[in-house]
Amino acid sequence: MSTLVTESRFIDPDRAYRALIEAHRGLSEEESAALNSRLVLILANHICEHVALQEAIALAKQSMESLDTASE
Amino acid sequence: MNTRKILYQYGYRRCLDQDRSSPARHPVVVVGAGPVGLCTAIDLAQRGVPVVLLDDADRIGEGSRGICYAKRTLEILDRLGAADPCLEKGVTWKIGKVFQRNDLLYAFDLLPEDGHKMPAFINLQQYYLEHALVERAAALPNLEIRWRNKVVGLKHRNDGATLTVETPEGRYDLDADWVVAADGARSALRGMLGLPFQGEAFEDRFLIADVKMKGDFPPERWFWFDPPFHEGHSALLHKQPDDVWRIDLQLGRDADAKAEQMPERVIPRLRQMLGHDDFSLEWVSVYTFQCRRLERFVHGRVVFVGDAAHQVSPFGARGANSGIQDAENLAWKLAFVLKGEAPESLIASYDLERSAAADENIGHSTRSTDFIAPRSAQELRFRDATLALARHAPFAKRMVNSGRLSMPSTYDSPLSTPDTDRWSGSAHLGAPLPDAPMRDHSGQPIWLLDAIGGEETILHVQNEAQPPVGSRVLIIGKDLVDEHGFFTQRFDAHPGSTYLVRPDQHLAARWRHAAPSLIEEASRRLRGFGEGHA
Repeated sequence: MSTLVTESRFIDPDRAYRALIEAHRGLSEEESAALNSRLVLILANHICEHVALQEAIALAKQSMESLDTASE
Repeated sequence: MNTRKILYQYGYRRCLDQDRSSPARHPVVVVGAGPVGLCTAIDLAQRGVPVVLLDDADRIGEGSRGICYAKRTLEILDRLGAADPCLEKGVTWKIGKVFQRNDLLYAFDLLPEDGHKMPAFINLQQYYLEHALVERAAALPNLEIRWRNKVVGLKHRNDGATLTVETPEGRYDLDADWVVAADGARSALRGMLGLPFQGEAFEDRFLIADVKMKGDFPPERWFWFDPPFHEGHSALLHKQPDDVWRIDLQLGRDADAKAEQMPERVIPRLRQMLGHDDFSLEWVSVYTFQCRRLERFVHGRVVFVGDAAHQVSPFGARGANSGIQDAENLAWKLAFVLKGEAPESLIASYDLERSAAADENIGHSTRSTDFIAPRSAQELRFRDATLALARHAPFAKRMVNSGRLSMPSTYDSPLSTPDTDRWSGSAHLGAPLPDAPMRDHSGQPIWLLDAIGGEETILHVQNEAQPPVGSRVLIIGKDLVDEHGFFTQRFDAHPGSTYLVRPDQHLAARWRHAAPSLIEEASRRLRGFGEGHA
């Protein structure tokens, strides 16, 4: 049974997306990467489920594979 | 630079076995007189098993060396009669501090509670430990150390192995019912059996230096990420006896090992770190490390222990500490098997229990290394993000990993009888017993672990019922009095509570109310007569 929720949960997903975009505005590549690293750690701790974390990693990697095949 | 000032020299002596026409036969031959081989040999000898201990050198004090000995190791050394000189000489410490740049990120206390005989850790040059063990070994009439006896051949037999030993006066053969291979990370015996030693190698180079100086630093473990004196890398400072300080500096993967060891390179680095040059170099080395292990630790009648069986990074002091725990795990089992008190299959539980411990140690050690020596730009970002967040959020502080210091393993073992009652407290099934200050029947203070020693023991908290019978029963309330309540709290003890303790002081079984048949069954199981050990 999957513990990672992939159904949409935000009432206003556009607003959540926008919050992430705004956080990165004006940052250099390196600053953005540093910010993302912090966010990943903070959110991973908040989720606090090892299985969900592993599934999130798997999902992220899976979506990269389809990117690779699309570009071939 | 790669020589130690202090060396203990021992002599080669011809032994009777060299003049025999056919090989002498010994119950146990231990190969390698490092801390792990010495502990194995002493433990066996104390249990009444005659031991021959072979070593290819005739002195101690050379090479890269462990300095941190953990509480459980000290408890084992105490049982082996070698803890006193170590405690007397060693630097006792329990506080660790972690810095980023110049700022203290956090401090930790490894033993925040009272009522333990042994401290959390001592720092001690390995040659002092080895010396204490050699002295102890010399006091045991059934333990014979043979220096400059190098094993050059190993042949399996059904009921043992034959070793070919090279000495300054030529070769001789020895038959052993059991061979314990304690011959270190480069184990020659492992090579002779053609066993692969697999795992992960790390590319980062580290400089290790022992420096003699009078310093005002307290006896604490100080670890820096990215210190101003060594930018972009990590550094460790740790006190040893004799005004010697251990310094460990990360150099990166491209460092030139030879050049970095030159005094003209080392001294300026250390001057920058210490803020003065009022020090002398005792010893310098550049190292890389591996985390790897044998797939199985038992091969017929040859049993691998310590670095010969598994190797970890130095972060966390898990090398010598886990090796000495291998020794104590194996010794009582071999003694039982040799005396016919347990089936030979009991030795399989050494492989099982210490394999799990090795995996645990390798896991901790690998994860510490990931954090201390990130291998890509993104790994470094995660590391630095964690350090930055640690100043703001408690969760990140817990992720900061400068080495998770050695803790004894809790065995999930077929030798344990699963709990049927609920227990709280700090005693755990399969783990070494927590110590507690007690009084004996005459009112004298005695530590719980001293009272138990190395025998299988039943601890029973007095109640109205008949106490259990067994080869060795200690009654809490009569034989041992829990004056300060430490035992009650740590063992969640109530009248009638009964505990079965293994000869290595690990908890094998416990009951709120034990029927004699349950204790007997648990005792058989502890010896490998139980399920899964047919």
